[in-house]
Amino acid sequence: MTQAAVTQRADEAAKLHRQARISTLSRLFRYSATRLVVLLITVVIGIYLTILIANMGGYVDEIRKGSIRESISISVTLNKAYQNLTVDQRRTLISDLVAIEEGRLGLDQPFAIRSVRFLKDALTLNLGRAEYLTSDSGSKLVRLIILERLPPTLLLMGAAQLILFVVSIFAALALSRSYGSWADRLVIALAPTGAAPGWFYGLFLILIFAGLLRLLPFGGMVDAPPPSDPTAYAISLIRHLILPVLALVLSSGVLTIYNWRTFFLIYSSEDYVDMAKAKGLPDRVIESRYILRPTLPTIITNFALILISLWTGAIILETVFNWPGLGRLNFRAINLYDTPVIVGIAIIYAYLLAITVFLLDFVYALVDPRVKVGGNGGAQR
Amino acid sequence: MRAWRELTEYPSAIVGLLIIAVVVGLAVYTLVTMPYGEAIRLWRGGEEVWQDYPKNASPSWTNLFRQSDLPATVVLDTRAGTAEKSLDRSTPGITDATLDFTFDWTADYFPQELSLFTYASFSEKQPFVEVTWFTPDDREIKVADLSSKASDAYRFEADASLVRRLKGVAPQRALLADPNVEELTPLKGQYRVRVTGLFFEDDGDLDAKLVSYGQVHGMAGTDHRRRDLTVALMWGAPVALAFGLLAAVGTTITTMFIAAFGVWFGGAVDGLIQRLTEVNMILPFLPILIMVGTFYSRSIWVILGAVVALGIFGSSIKTYRAIFLQVREAPYIEAARAYGARGGRIVAQYLVPRIIPMLIPSLVVTIPTYVFLEASLAVLGLGDPVLPTWGKLINDANENGALFNGYYYWVLQPAALLMLTGLGFSMVGFALDRVFNPRLRGL
Repeated sequence: MTQAAVTQRADEAAKLHRQARISTLSRLFRYSATRLVVLLITVVIGIYLTILIANMGGYVDEIRKGSIRESISISVTLNKAYQNLTVDQRRTLISDLVAIEEGRLGLDQPFAIRSVRFLKDALTLNLGRAEYLTSDSGSKLVRLIILERLPPTLLLMGAAQLILFVVSIFAALALSRSYGSWADRLVIALAPTGAAPGWFYGLFLILIFAGLLRLLPFGGMVDAPPPSDPTAYAISLIRHLILPVLALVLSSGVLTIYNWRTFFLIYSSEDYVDMAKAKGLPDRVIESRYILRPTLPTIITNFALILISLWTGAIILETVFNWPGLGRLNFRAINLYDTPVIVGIAIIYAYLLAITVFLLDFVYALVDPRVKVGGNGGAQR
Repeated sequence: MRAWRELTEYPSAIVGLLIIAVVVGLAVYTLVTMPYGEAIRLWRGGEEVWQDYPKNASPSWTNLFRQSDLPATVVLDTRAGTAEKSLDRSTPGITDATLDFTFDWTADYFPQELSLFTYASFSEKQPFVEVTWFTPDDREIKVADLSSKASDAYRFEADASLVRRLKGVAPQRALLADPNVEELTPLKGQYRVRVTGLFFEDDGDLDAKLVSYGQVHGMAGTDHRRRDLTVALMWGAPVALAFGLLAAVGTTITTMFIAAFGVWFGGAVDGLIQRLTEVNMILPFLPILIMVGTFYSRSIWVILGAVVALGIFGSSIKTYRAIFLQVREAPYIEAARAYGARGGRIVAQYLVPRIIPMLIPSLVVTIPTYVFLEASLAVLGLGDPVLPTWGKLINDANENGALFNGYYYWVLQPAALLMLTGLGFSMVGFALDRVFNPRLRGL
């Protein structure tokens, strides 16, 4: 074989390799773009349904109309300028004013049209004004109130989800390695405790660590008043973060470890794993290449479902721990009957869930070989 | 039957079944002994029902963990014959009533409160009532001069002049304290409280009830409104079971039928069902339930309906769909088609019965989720407005700072019952999963 032929063959191989990489990237991009479009449509439908539910077939509009009529009649009755009107004149005045106010709020249009306008507002996060609650900066815009409460929730959930994922993966791998050990049996025995939600464990954690031992704070996000020194602030934040994160990890952790350990065990009985063992490959290579790799897509789908339930579970967890996030805001809005805030939070949650699903889809595309190779399984989940 | 035998081979399943049996037993016992109307009347009752109960008293069993016992409530009532009463009508136009309440104080702690309820019958003029306190060491303390209405309540610690005379020490402590000891400790022995009533008419009559509120009460303790927690703890069982079972059965069965229809009819129907499942995944479950609860109705049955409605297109559709796709190809389905069975019949009589064994574990496993969901909503303040439930107890406790103030029993008891119920179903569910899921059997 001549030197030229060898170089040519090497060139061809490199070219093929490059092409393959480009096509992998483009497939990945195409897949993500398709998922994004599908998800956007899903979000629009989801938020529209949320609006329909929020209105309960006109029920909420009736409440709003009632309160408009009440406040207008009170203001007309109290207004000195209208004191000497006759009863009939006053009645027509009130109904005129009510009609104007309802027109201003768009309550006189049929619901089908109004709901589309609501949808547009909701999608652009134009969530209206709160009735009672205000943001810390004093604004009554629901969007600002919610955005102000979002970072604490993201911090809590982000920390909890990250720890949950890492702990579960390593623990599950370790257990699948030491199958049948006392730790393994303990996890099997404790798996049913995953039935209780995070806030439930939160109660016990508060009781033990805050009530009895007085080690950690009862709730809140930082000490009051907040320390001015950044390090002290961070330490105070972490001290407040420990219990809620622990509660979330405790409630979802055992069950997740149990499920993933079972996945790993099922996959480690495959023939190709035995083959790798027979070849004398080290355990770590077998674990990362032969067991973890093919189970990752399943695990990520499973994790997506866990995350979705965690998101909603956090509402009560925040209430129990007095964590100043979205959930706590929702609780306060319920107590004050602040309709725009309650609806706004539901919409924000729909968005958060959609973003979670999309991010996991993207990770899924990264780890699922079918997407890269372009098999027909890629478009399905 | 085979499944049953295999199930009993798992110790966790037996424990779980026992727990379920206990909870179901409690629920049935509750329904028999305390009917719905009675429970509501008690739980929503105010002073007239719970007058003789202490506030925030721990359960009696907490005494087992203490060196010296906390006192229980003592009720002495002339009408019940637990106190003596004598009437003197010898002077015309005057009735003299003398009531004696005698009790032994043996506890190392003071009562929580002291109250005297008087019931006077007179036609015109209110009687004068005088209360005197006799200690075991024969000290005599004048407590109060009152004029009693037909029914009146005298709360010792709310009487400012009595507190002033006792040098600012709360009466329920000062009246029982040993004067020779520096620190406030109760003097043990026989106490006597004399209540005299002076009526300015011939046939006046006075009855009274002296209540020394204890620091422990009954099996379960009491809450901030003096209500006995046993009412809510007992009624929580049937509510939790009904809600959990109905929600689990409702969602599982509807989901299964929809998955079966989708698989059988395929094409657009299947596609639509799949897309709806994806939309449903994004719908925020709890915030929507919160909206239903705040805007519409907090009734537990409305919430149950919303839960089932939201669960119809739940993510388990995908699991069922995968199973149905396999079952669809089975020869017996082909045989059914050959004799001319139509879609509805095949779905209902051939597809669905086939996967019911696989359905049972997931149904049992989801029951705790719904039991806790009811509690979760109650903790958010969206509990059923009338029914007492475990979640509402936790909510009450939380709102009144139970953990902060050390009323641990208030949270622990409903939480323990919730946990027990959840664990019972969950343990049985996991064992069933292993029995019906051969792939898991070895693991």
